[in-house]
Amino acid sequence: MMNFFIERFLGGKQGAVAIALLALLILVIFPLALDLFRLNLVGKYLTFAFAAVGLVLLWGYGGILSLGQGVFFGLGGYAMAMFLKLEASDPQSTAIQTTPGIPDFMDWNRLYELPWFWVPFESFAFTLLAILVLPALFAYIIGVAMFKRRVGGVYFAIITQVIAVILTVLIVGQQGFTGGINGITDLRTLNGWDIRTDSAKYILYFINALLLLAVIMISRFVLTSKLGRLLLAMKDKEDRVRFSGYDVSNFKIFIFCLSAVISAIGGAMFTLQVGFMSPSLLGVVPSIEMVIFAAVGGRMSLIGVVYGTLLINFGKTGFSETFPELWLFFMGGLFIAVVMFFPNGLAGIYNKYVSKLAFLQRYLPAIKLPKSKADTQSNASSSASTSDNAAEGAKS
Amino acid sequence: MKYFSRRKFLGKTSNLIGAMLAAGLMSTSVMATEFPTAEVNTTGLAVTDDTVTVGILHSLTGTMAISETGAMEAARLAIKQINESGGILGRQIEVILEDGASDWPTFAEKARKLLISDKAAAVFGCWTSASRKAVLPVFEQHNGILYYPTFYEGLEQSKNVIYTGQEATQQILAGLDWVAEEKDAKTFFLIGSDYIWPRTSMKIARIHIEQVLGGRVVGEEYVPLGDVQFGSIINRLRLRKPDVIFAAVVGGSNVAWFRQLNAAGINADNQTLLTLSVTEDEVLGIGGENLEGFYSVMKYFQSLDNPNNKAFVEAFKAEYGQDSVIGDVTQAAYLGPWLWKAAVEKAGSFDIDKIVEVSRTGEIELDTAPEGYVRLHPNHHLWSHTRIGKWNRDGQATVVYESPELIEPNPFPEGYQ
Repeated sequence: MMNFFIERFLGGKQGAVAIALLALLILVIFPLALDLFRLNLVGKYLTFAFAAVGLVLLWGYGGILSLGQGVFFGLGGYAMAMFLKLEASDPQSTAIQTTPGIPDFMDWNRLYELPWFWVPFESFAFTLLAILVLPALFAYIIGVAMFKRRVGGVYFAIITQVIAVILTVLIVGQQGFTGGINGITDLRTLNGWDIRTDSAKYILYFINALLLLAVIMISRFVLTSKLGRLLLAMKDKEDRVRFSGYDVSNFKIFIFCLSAVISAIGGAMFTLQVGFMSPSLLGVVPSIEMVIFAAVGGRMSLIGVVYGTLLINFGKTGFSETFPELWLFFMGGLFIAVVMFFPNGLAGIYNKYVSKLAFLQRYLPAIKLPKSKADTQSNASSSASTSDNAAEGAKS
Repeated sequence: MKYFSRRKFLGKTSNLIGAMLAAGLMSTSVMATEFPTAEVNTTGLAVTDDTVTVGILHSLTGTMAISETGAMEAARLAIKQINESGGILGRQIEVILEDGASDWPTFAEKARKLLISDKAAAVFGCWTSASRKAVLPVFEQHNGILYYPTFYEGLEQSKNVIYTGQEATQQILAGLDWVAEEKDAKTFFLIGSDYIWPRTSMKIARIHIEQVLGGRVVGEEYVPLGDVQFGSIINRLRLRKPDVIFAAVVGGSNVAWFRQLNAAGINADNQTLLTLSVTEDEVLGIGGENLEGFYSVMKYFQSLDNPNNKAFVEAFKAEYGQDSVIGDVTQAAYLGPWLWKAAVEKAGSFDIDKIVEVSRTGEIELDTAPEGYVRLHPNHHLWSHTRIGKWNRDGQATVVYESPELIEPNPFPEGYQ
């Protein structure tokens, strides 16, 4: 039983060490080393890591590039924000409005009662369910429409991006129902628990970190299953898998839905920790940023993308605080350097250099980077040590 | 790079030395004894015996940078001038500059940093309503104070914000009254970008047109932020032939909107247009030739003819170059540090609660504002004149109307909601 857990959920002994190191960093080192303000920032970064982990499944293993993960991040975030906003809009604190008891932006937009689709979000149980089910349902609809018709590759990427644009325009345009470009702001309590206090910020940080670790383990479980191997096989030679009698589209739909749900959990945690949700978090730019997090971290590595997300966001905050007028150039330089010199991201650097240091090899985990055929060919020089084939990577 | 040219550097250094000497003399003679830090700062803000730290939070990158840079520069200029004149309670103001990056979560993050890590005694910043809404809970929770410079939709009055721009009714009602009388306008076509400020403004405008002026609204259109296709709206304009186009289009759309109007042959010769959203800054992008003869309603134009404004324009150009222009928001941002100074000195303290208390007395006033005399209303907004400017080809406006009285700010207008 223990063995099964280690093999399937942690990715073997080496995977277990990698995940333990990550847990040590985010559960012990960060909380001890950082003040609450910085820790809260890290908590925000880690919510983006959910989306990046989802992209490892979808893009790294499934070979399906989605430029619309922000949509699902946003759905989760908005669902949580709607619940919190309704709680913050009780009749006493909105007494100055024309219609007390509805969110302030509805009052400004001359709505006189709560729209029907807001009503269920008065229930916390429904909200939690919605955070998981809504994005899955939405991804399922998109997935069926696309994959059943064998739309893939660049076309899929463009369509997901368009969906991100449409949703942004919809939310901005329907501001009476959604809060418009301002988003849903001024969130205060969760079932009476003030989420703005210091203790709440600590608790939310730890819930967020633990959820992230759990999501990584579940993702590992999926990748070490037969499904994981099929995904890799599909990525390399989709037709062969199809001719072997598998319905390729169902696997794609499943992995798309799963990555959507994972993003949505991140979005809900974002709302809780940052205290608002706005359309600027689900549009094209954040969606592409999520892909960049995954690319910088290493899109085949569930753990690597977390470090990638942290690195980029620390860079963003740090550069912009130190050089408020020049920081974008530094960020641009960082991206170019990673893409040019380390196409496999942080995980690639780690495998190429750090894990080869002989005296460390006994202690450090090797990150599993199963190579797809195309990558192996284009990167033959850098992949001598990582050209484990798909089956070995998936750790059967 | 413009901050680091050699001459400027030398100039700044000598200014700084001068200011330090002045401050040194003062703090030893009067201030330090008169205002000991322990008394003027009881809540742990970043105040020492000879400095006080404030934050400036504007977008220096991203789509809003073009608008917000002017506001950032104006706030810096005001702070520099305050420092040169001896500082505030004998203390020199130090600035922490943060980039909101045109991104609302980033604004919230930086606001948290300024209040929690830096303990900024005051923050000057934000431009869009969305960024203000994002930082508002942060300021309320950590009891900071924000001086917000933009003309905006009203419907807000936070203890922790001082609004130095106009709220919607100040800007809109006077403008509509003027155009109805002066141009004998009966029919109005409303057009705006699709977000809260234009929507709220048009809501107020429609009620005023229909119920007070007895006019008629013959069209109300909203375009998505950033949209540049105005063809179908221009066709509708031709069809409905309104006496006045009343516009609140913002950002990049603004440029397309006026250029396409002009290309369609709609110009000041055959159409009256009054806009809420064009200042000298926007004209730089739109081009004076596309605006010639159209009207803006604002509280400030760079061409205002009074000694305060002449000195301000001269100082601004000396600091940031002869080509720089000054719009309404830039001037309002310049008022922020001065209003804060007035409040701190009246309260004899940097404590936020005491600043808010004196700000609510209705007695904080500035004689030296470029726009003329202003006074802070107990509702945290400024009494101000509303002016109408007619745009010239050179990108400057000729002021054709000025409200005779200061107009009372009224962020929650009865009957207009």
